[in-house]
Amino acid sequence: MADLPTTAVDIAAAVRAGEVSAAEVLDAHLAAIDAREGEINAFNLVLADEARAAAAAVDARVAAGEDPGPLAGVPLALKDNLCTRGVPTTCSSRILEGWRPPYDATVVQRVAAAGAVAVGKTNLDEFAMGSSTENSAFGPTRNPRDPERVPGGSSGGSAAAVAAGFAPISLGSDTGGSIRQPAALCGVVGVKPTYGLVSRYGLVAFASSLDQIGPFSTTVADAALLLEAVAGHDPLDSTSIDAPAPSLLDQLDRGVQGLRIGLVTELMGEGIAPDVAARVRQAADALAAAGAEIGEVSVPAASYGLSAYYLIAPAEASSNLARYDGVRYGLRVDAPTTAEMNAATRTAGFGVEVKRRIMLGTYALSAGYYDAYYGKALKVRTLIVRDFEAAYERFDLLLSPTSPTTAFRFGEKVDDPLAMYLNDVCTIPTNLAGHPAMSVPFGAGADGMPVGVQLLAPALGEATMFRAAAAVEAAAPSLEEAWS
Amino acid sequence: MTTVENLTHEPVEGEHFTITSDTTGDTWEIVVGLEVHCELATATKLFCSCPNVFGDEPNTNVCPVCLGLPGSLPVLNRNVVELAMRLGRALHCRVEPSVFARKNYFYPDMPKDYQVSQYDQPINVDGWLDLPDGTRVGIERAHIEEDTGKNTHAGGSGRIHGADYSLVDYNRAGVPLVEIVGRPHIRHPEQAKAYIDELRAILLATGASDAKMEEGSLRVDANVSVRRVGDAALGRRCEIKNLNSLRSLGRAIEYEARRQVDLLESGEVVKQETRHWDEGAGRTRPGRSKEEAEDYRYFQEPDLVPLDPGAEWIAAVDEAMPALPAQRRTALAEAAGVEPTATAVVVAVQRDLDELALTAIAAGGDGGRVLLHVEHNLAVEGARSLDPTHFAQLVTMEVEGKLTATQAKTVLSDMVESGKAPDVIAAERGFEAMDTSELEGIVDGIIAESPDEWADFCTGDEKRRGKLQGFFVGKVMKATRGQADGKAVNAILESRRLAAG
Repeated sequence: MADLPTTAVDIAAAVRAGEVSAAEVLDAHLAAIDAREGEINAFNLVLADEARAAAAAVDARVAAGEDPGPLAGVPLALKDNLCTRGVPTTCSSRILEGWRPPYDATVVQRVAAAGAVAVGKTNLDEFAMGSSTENSAFGPTRNPRDPERVPGGSSGGSAAAVAAGFAPISLGSDTGGSIRQPAALCGVVGVKPTYGLVSRYGLVAFASSLDQIGPFSTTVADAALLLEAVAGHDPLDSTSIDAPAPSLLDQLDRGVQGLRIGLVTELMGEGIAPDVAARVRQAADALAAAGAEIGEVSVPAASYGLSAYYLIAPAEASSNLARYDGVRYGLRVDAPTTAEMNAATRTAGFGVEVKRRIMLGTYALSAGYYDAYYGKALKVRTLIVRDFEAAYERFDLLLSPTSPTTAFRFGEKVDDPLAMYLNDVCTIPTNLAGHPAMSVPFGAGADGMPVGVQLLAPALGEATMFRAAAAVEAAAPSLEEAWS
Repeated sequence: MTTVENLTHEPVEGEHFTITSDTTGDTWEIVVGLEVHCELATATKLFCSCPNVFGDEPNTNVCPVCLGLPGSLPVLNRNVVELAMRLGRALHCRVEPSVFARKNYFYPDMPKDYQVSQYDQPINVDGWLDLPDGTRVGIERAHIEEDTGKNTHAGGSGRIHGADYSLVDYNRAGVPLVEIVGRPHIRHPEQAKAYIDELRAILLATGASDAKMEEGSLRVDANVSVRRVGDAALGRRCEIKNLNSLRSLGRAIEYEARRQVDLLESGEVVKQETRHWDEGAGRTRPGRSKEEAEDYRYFQEPDLVPLDPGAEWIAAVDEAMPALPAQRRTALAEAAGVEPTATAVVVAVQRDLDELALTAIAAGGDGGRVLLHVEHNLAVEGARSLDPTHFAQLVTMEVEGKLTATQAKTVLSDMVESGKAPDVIAAERGFEAMDTSELEGIVDGIIAESPDEWADFCTGDEKRRGKLQGFFVGKVMKATRGQADGKAVNAILESRRLAAG
């Protein structure tokens, strides 16, 4: 077992070549889950039996001389807001109790078609609303680097699963940073693709105009491999971009010579921990050393991103979550009238943060308040797009911290929503713009916890973004290397 | 104090329907604007590929999308856009770039607890519809939206309140609708009915909908207000729902207008509200009152992209537009040399017999006679497959006096049934043209048989003469087994009377 490959790229290559079996790769990962899942709580559900059947099917195809696909035999974890046919999909909420989707999300179909082996459904902040996975109805996920600390969120389970070695890759969703922030806090790679690059069909919606599915992995190459497998047009998603999936793996060795990379000044000052900012500067220096041209750039409207986001996302959520009314599926708390049943069900089924956002969003859309809140937020969104456009006239990519701090301790921010919301200050502007961005681990902060640097690109700029990500990865100090 | 009962009205004639108070003598007019929801006749639903069929087993035509299951997403049905544009263009609307919006409210028949509709940017705007009487009714907009499921409340009154339990059928959820919002240009219950008739004809002609009120594929809400004749400002309106037939529509408007006049005459105000028509009781009742106005929190539907069909598609729709009822009336009226508002013309188009009439006229048939037959003698099955050349031939035989009006009617009915030519049928039936001398002989014979009546006929007053004319014509008809031309008989009687005088 000791010589089994560990990255998705290596596992798939070895399985396709018949050098190792998908079954033995899976067993190694199930053993890792057995050993530490009790402590970490990355999963809402481990699909051991289903995974063994999938691995056996991959091995059978290899034995029959067929190619199971680019993710052959690679164990993969799925955020529990991705619909899986016949398998409970909870969004870490009581309100979906007992619901089994009658269909697979498009990404779930695609990873299965590519030969991946789904090992489980990962924990998240309820309906992806949160930055610490503390808002899960099924208890928090712990950060594998330090179980006293949060893994970030909302895709904390998917980040922790990869960081803990439960699976080399996983899928999460990112509405305001829910892939990149936990990736940074857990010390793994996390990518939010261009809006529309990956189909949202089967992703339980939080905020439809911002939600995007993307990969977690331990290496930039694995993220490229998984994104290639899930990206590309889907006729079931009207917002899906009608273009072929980008070719990313072949970009990784191209280097950064001549790439113009701008450090976002608004995201390097106030509110950013000094050790985190220092690591980002160090990464910029490394990129410069590798041949990139580094400059500073202002994206003024980015400062208003957080405010705009906390109107737009809750507004959409208030509508998206209306359907959990106890009538058709999930929890029902009976009451004498339909309206009372709706209210009792929602009162019992939703957690505090979800209720807070439904109320915020309902208010923002209400007659008399629409123009002042939701309407104004849409205008800010337009300005952010415009400011990014201006920045990308001068730069190919932008660089910033992913999260203002390293992983914080449990309970530190959960009672202070504003402090919690500020975690997303660096990641939110890209969601509002619909652009891609990714977090790449870059050493540790003063507390020894991982730091992530964020690379931002214009729409469909994934290929260039991955080139730079590979360079950052190559230059990254190890976690053990103390910050000074 | 006036009541609904002691108000009188000027009936149907004239464009305006007015209500005159017995108490004050004031005259009021009705102002009506209609909102029509019609289901589009697509094979599949608005946002998924479930069949769009009426009357199937409940909850069989459903999928994750139309059930609004978590994670599902809508994909716009191209054919919905096509049919919506056809309707819009037939109503002389501009087709504009549009967006979809969510209308948020909780109701168990709505799977997502929001309805996808169009709000501030609808696809069709600013058109009109011409009624057969010549009235032009403005169309504010005709937008696309999704239908809801259907609730059945068991126990209690059949309404949600007091029901033991409710069942929901989602087969209808996600069926494409177009909501056609008419401007308040209607002034008469009969006009409202004519508007729906005309709209239905347009929906059928364009293939946009099967427009069946009884199956709910065409649903009408009426906004009704009243004002004193001569007032420019509109009165406060009530929206009347549950109008399941044209008869209900007319009755409800009339009732509601009287109710409002009654209120206003007694110094009260009309409360703006939704009211339900109770066909059995023949009255409107207020809907369930809500403490405050519903706030639908409309916002742009983020799961769909803006819709811009583009000039090319719109042009293709125009190109393929079938002849519409108003155009067909004009064409027929011109050919027949009558007004497009003539009843026979309206009826011909309603019965889809205008093409037959046009071809018959083009083949030489007299326009007036052709229309007369279409209006009075062709309300029968199979009339549309009548051979227009035969039809023209028949009319010509009639005009030339070879057939009497009565004979022509009989021959026409045989033509529809057998498809034979009129001269063949006339010959078979022995409808030989009766020559005048033969007819004169018969008339003279009958005069000779009834000398007293004849004397009376010649000397009596006009009233008496009229009565006896009927007596003589009847006898002649009996003697000729109905083959005599009534006009010719009258002419002979008249000439004999003058000779006798």
